[in-house]
Amino acid sequence: MRLAHQFAMESDFITGDAVEATEFPHLAQRYQVRAVPRTIVNELGAIEGALPESRFLEGVLAAAQQKD
Amino acid sequence: MPILNERDRREVQEQLMILTGSVKLVNFTQELACQYCRETEQLLREVKELSDKISLEVYNFQLDKEKVAEYRVDKIPATVVEGSKDYGIRFYGIPLGYEFVPFLEAVKDVSRGSTDLTPETRAVLAGVREPVHLQVFTTPT
Repeated sequence: MRLAHQFAMESDFITGDAVEATEFPHLAQRYQVRAVPRTIVNELGAIEGALPESRFLEGVLAAAQQKD
Repeated sequence: MPILNERDRREVQEQLMILTGSVKLVNFTQELACQYCRETEQLLREVKELSDKISLEVYNFQLDKEKVAEYRVDKIPATVVEGSKDYGIRFYGIPLGYEFVPFLEAVKDVSRGSTDLTPETRAVLAGVREPVHLQVFTTPT
């Protein structure tokens, strides 16, 4: 969780939301959250689990480039 | 009844002693049909009491439409952790349980106004020119 917030701090283009899955079950369902943490990037991509910094960065960049 | 017990309070207070810059917590809430709104507001009030660097603003999600638009929050309870500017850090749902540590980390990070990410990561992030919205789903336990 902290990485997403730190990423947000380092870029004016990035926002980082912590979403409590049990309080927002409709979102957990929409984004197919079965295990946590699960990070949704721009509605399209997903990163599973807690990753180290460099891999989380790769995951975010890769997911952000996906188009629907 | 307080959410944080005496021991939690002392521990959090100790952690928040390192705060240098001001931190503004902005809470969006409503009275009805929001299971954890009341508790979230209470928790934020309790945390605010533990450091004179922390201020708290509470807005009504239904009525304070200007603030809702300004902070772009779309569900409640919402908590914005703001430092010298709004960095885009949001907590949706009560920041307790597993969320409490990241919440305190966010408070400390925005107060300092910098992260401990590697220079490489920061350089890459500084080059981002398209909006990136990260939603990290967690559970309380």
